Amino acid sequence: MAVNILISGLISGSMYALLAIGFSLIFGVARIVNIAHTAFYMLAAYCIFFITEKMGLNPIIAMVTAVLLVTLLGLIVYMLFIKPIREHEAAVLIGTIALAIAMQEVMLLVFSGSFRSVPSLIDGYFPLLGVKVFYQQLLTFIVVLLTLAALWILLMKTKLGLAVRSTAEDREVANLMGMNESRVTMIAMGISVGLAALTGAVVVPLAIVSPFMWMDPLIIMMAVVVLGGLGSIKGSFIGAYMMGFAEALVVFLIPKGAFLKGPVALSVMILVLLIRPEGLFGVAFEEER
Amino acid sequence: MKKITFGGVVLVAVCLVMGMMTFPSWGADVIKVGVIGPMNFVQGKNHWNGALMAADEINSKGGIQVGNKKMKIELVKADSNEFLNITDATNAMQRIITRDKVDFIVGGFRSEAVLAMQDIAMDYKKIFIDCGAAAPELCQKVADDYGRYKYFFRGTPFNSHYLGKTCFIQMATVGAILKKALGIPQVKVAVVAEKAMWADPMIKAAQGLIPKMGMELAGVWRPSATATDVTAILSAIQSSHAQMIFTIFSASVGITFARQAGELKIPAVQVGINVEAQKDGFWEATQKKGDYVMQLDTYCQGVNYNDLTAHFVDGYVKRFGETPEYNAATYDAILYGLAPTIEQAGTLDADKIVSILEKRVYKNSAGTVKYMVDDKGRQTHDLTWGPGYETGIGAQWQNGKKMGVWPNHWVAAKGAPEVTYSGIVPYKIPPWVLEAYKK
Repeated sequence: MAVNILISGLISGSMYALLAIGFSLIFGVARIVNIAHTAFYMLAAYCIFFITEKMGLNPIIAMVTAVLLVTLLGLIVYMLFIKPIREHEAAVLIGTIALAIAMQEVMLLVFSGSFRSVPSLIDGYFPLLGVKVFYQQLLTFIVVLLTLAALWILLMKTKLGLAVRSTAEDREVANLMGMNESRVTMIAMGISVGLAALTGAVVVPLAIVSPFMWMDPLIIMMAVVVLGGLGSIKGSFIGAYMMGFAEALVVFLIPKGAFLKGPVALSVMILVLLIRPEGLFGVAFEEER
Repeated sequence: MKKITFGGVVLVAVCLVMGMMTFPSWGADVIKVGVIGPMNFVQGKNHWNGALMAADEINSKGGIQVGNKKMKIELVKADSNEFLNITDATNAMQRIITRDKVDFIVGGFRSEAVLAMQDIAMDYKKIFIDCGAAAPELCQKVADDYGRYKYFFRGTPFNSHYLGKTCFIQMATVGAILKKALGIPQVKVAVVAEKAMWADPMIKAAQGLIPKMGMELAGVWRPSATATDVTAILSAIQSSHAQMIFTIFSASVGITFARQAGELKIPAVQVGINVEAQKDGFWEATQKKGDYVMQLDTYCQGVNYNDLTAHFVDGYVKRFGETPEYNAATYDAILYGLAPTIEQAGTLDADKIVSILEKRVYKNSAGTVKYMVDDKGRQTHDLTWGPGYETGIGAQWQNGKKMGVWPNHWVAAKGAPEVTYSGIVPYKIPPWVLEAYKK
């Protein structure tokens, strides 16, 4: 059972990490609470479904195309809908909720409410300490780790990363230091949506594609971000794995209560908000600029 | 005298056109049938397709004879959106009755939504034939308050009490096959039910009935209805050494479960309710891993309840390219339920039609309809279940094709004749299950 919990926790934690880091990144840089974040994940899943199942193209081509198209769409959405209202945080929050629902309704109209799926890149499973592990799960885990490593290098070892981190630290000062804050925000939005799309791309063979598939991850992602600290990338990473393991523990230790993983995530979120509102690695609200 | 302006003329013309669009076609020789369902989902699509086939068949013969005139059927589509919002369903019902002025209504899917829509239809004394919800409460209302609810009839499926009963009969049938084929003294059953209110009484019934049926209960697992990973549950089931998994699924978890169980080759057969497995798209949705899954079903191409089944099922497949689901019984409701009753009544008067319809015993594509009376002799407008009436079938995915496997020499009670529908094939045990228990 321990191996089961370990594998399940690592896979779910990695998926939540990708989603939460993207969400945290754009919040940290531009204070944009993008509720439509997981809706982009859903769009990427549909894009892959369409390219593989309807056009019959290679899944790898589908994944690359999906990430590029959805990232492009994210940038267009940012320019048209978010940028004009980004100084009003409440308006952004409400606007992105509306945006997510609009995306859901469009997918519902185009693809109907039927549940869909896409094939695994590698079929089958291998036994690991008596537990059957899908090759696709292993592949997903490796891709997530590589992506997280690439993101870490981008943020910590490049000039662009420095600009992003500086803007996240203090937007005004970064601007005064000569950084093009608007451009950095735009790039951060691209990376953020790109990460959501990539999550959709790597997870879709393990998931069920439906217009409502963005809702469950949104709740867990919000819980992860609150746990780790809003705007903290390190916090999101650690919070994601904590949540992934908590979820695995619930599923394995309480068979009759496997459905409780969502409520557990929400309870964690509420507890953290009550006890330590800034999360594990976030900035305390009163200390915020 | 004031000069009439161009703008004024346009305004009057627009008002006239809008008026023509808004007001019903009074006196027109059409019978308006409202088809209400979640139109963006497969259930609503089936509601509509079934109704469309019935309307076309009736209209191609000139319509329905009502007194001394022939009246054609005109369908009015209403999206209840009941999966997402029950208020949308009640609004849609209100709209088709008050604005579209429908004469009859068929459709509905979720019991919660149909309960709400039922009251609106009854307020307006409109005959409403439910083609989706299984809650017994819907027909209990007819018995308890006949004066108000007599306009409600169940079209499909039979009520959830009988759905459960049929599932347990199918479970016992497969249990007997397993016992013999695997050479085991007792079959161990794992119950896996999605977390939904409708599944709770079935779990309770399973816990009570499985030991009485001579089987052992291995445990109960409750994944979320939208779970995308059930490997944990499958591992636990494998560890429990269950040979049979009794599934109670209506949502997407039915796909996830079948796909992952098939991919991991869990040595246990699946029997029970899996709504997603009833759909032709199940094979693709499970990425061809859903073989050997067995579920309670209504239609399966090649399986005939009577001489009317093939005409409907084959016609549906030919026209829409897929096997109908039980919600497509709007076809039966209109063609075999409403149309002959209206002709017999010679009027569209709802009270007269109700008094004839509730007494009729008639064949449709899924068996024979006879509306039940309760133990106090009160009309319920619920469907009679059992051999000779409606029973449903058990279908199993075999080599990517849905095949009818139950009833196969089924004896409903001691001394009763055997029941086997034409087109039924033997049940197949997955090879990896046979392999796991090979001695």
